[in-house]
Amino acid sequence: MSNNDQQLRVSKIQNGTVIDHIAGGQALNVLAILGIDGTSGDSVSVAMNMPSDRLGHKDVVKVEGRELSQDEVDVLSLIAPAATINIIRDYDVVEKGRVERPSVVEGVLECPNHNCITTEDEPVDSRFAVGDDGVRCEYCDTIIRDDLPAHILAE
Amino acid sequence: MRHDHIISAKQLSRGDIETVLDRAADIAADPGAFADRHSDTLLGLLFFEPSTRTKMSFTTAMKRLGGDIVDMGSVESSSVKKGESLADTVRVVEGYTDALVLRHPMEGSAKMASEFVDVPLVNAGDGAGQHPTQTLLDLYTIRENAGFDDLTIGIMGDLKYGRTVHSLAHALTTVDASQHFISPESLQLPRSVRYDLHEAGAGVREHTELDEILPELDVLYVTRIQAERFPDESEYREVAGQYQIDAATLEAAKDDLTVMHPLPRVDEIAHDVDETTHAQYFQQAHNGVPVRMALLDLMLGGDQ
Ligand SMILES: [Zn+2]
Repeated sequence: MSNNDQQLRVSKIQNGTVIDHIAGGQALNVLAILGIDGTSGDSVSVAMNMPSDRLGHKDVVKVEGRELSQDEVDVLSLIAPAATINIIRDYDVVEKGRVERPSVVEGVLECPNHNCITTEDEPVDSRFAVGDDGVRCEYCDTIIRDDLPAHILAE
Repeated sequence: MRHDHIISAKQLSRGDIETVLDRAADIAADPGAFADRHSDTLLGLLFFEPSTRTKMSFTTAMKRLGGDIVDMGSVESSSVKKGESLADTVRVVEGYTDALVLRHPMEGSAKMASEFVDVPLVNAGDGAGQHPTQTLLDLYTIRENAGFDDLTIGIMGDLKYGRTVHSLAHALTTVDASQHFISPESLQLPRSVRYDLHEAGAGVREHTELDEILPELDVLYVTRIQAERFPDESEYREVAGQYQIDAATLEAAKDDLTVMHPLPRVDEIAHDVDETTHAQYFQQAHNGVPVRMALLDLMLGGDQ
């Protein structure tokens, strides 16, 4: 029955967070933004390009053993504005929510201005104010309008 | 006015600007009254790139208020050379001084540094970013010569890369000036600046020739066009030549036109302009002292 077990692990988690309705192809960026890279030992499952009525194609990410806070998930609105968040306890959905656009994102994006102090070896996180049509570095005023995923801090 | 740090001219409201300029005018009118105002104050100068003029201006301002300065010296001779972070440097030096002045080649450096210190910090230029005391002394010079009411100003030269221009243009939106920008097409205001000016409700009028607008101007602010912005020397000469002025050019201007320049100039303003009543660029440079005195006085609690 190992096949069934595997099926079960992908579709259901006991405790943790399910992020649904991620724009197709953005699942790995979602993991990068959340700083989930598998090194902590949590089970993480990713389903990509699933058929979706609302989005055409969607990705789904399930993180076992970790309940993400609203602050943590709001950052996802930059790349997955339609994402929904389900907090799971003992296989049941105990909380459902959406991502909301934060006013500021910290330590998530890298400033594209190589002469910006936040790109140096200084004890400071990048900080971007979130506007209607882009994000603006609060240190050097550089604006990122397109292709936010390309600016996600690699760590 | 209550600001712990002066990082950007954008943080200053019309009221803040008037407060600083009023105090500068008081100081210029009676410097003696301020001579002992801050006799126990030590100002720390952290210049991570050379800018002799700005450093001298701050030094003069602090000494004219009765205080003194401590200078980090050149980067080559300091612990920065050994790889110390800026955050560490400012945390050490704030313990020696009552206020800090920082000049640094990277954008955002002053804002970051200010987050690590409790003493007031003044940004004296962060890379291509902000230089608020230059903006304040420009505003002071404009107010003294032309006033802020019904002001028509032309800003000419390299409008693409000049941070002085961007900061001044933004500050002028608070006084409702009519702004005209005169430059070659390749050196027009960047999109982000134009966007900011529109957001602030300012009309942006662009010209490629000074003649189009010169007779209407109360102030002409000239900046340098640098050769390295052009692919070759001959193109630079041809283009830059169209944005140089001399006494003959100014015959078409109003009698009370004020000509400004952040200095140093090269050949964008001919020396024969110096002899005319229009020339205010040396006075503009001198105004840096009372304006910086005013700012330091207000930051150091000169009202108490
Ligand atoms: Zn930046």
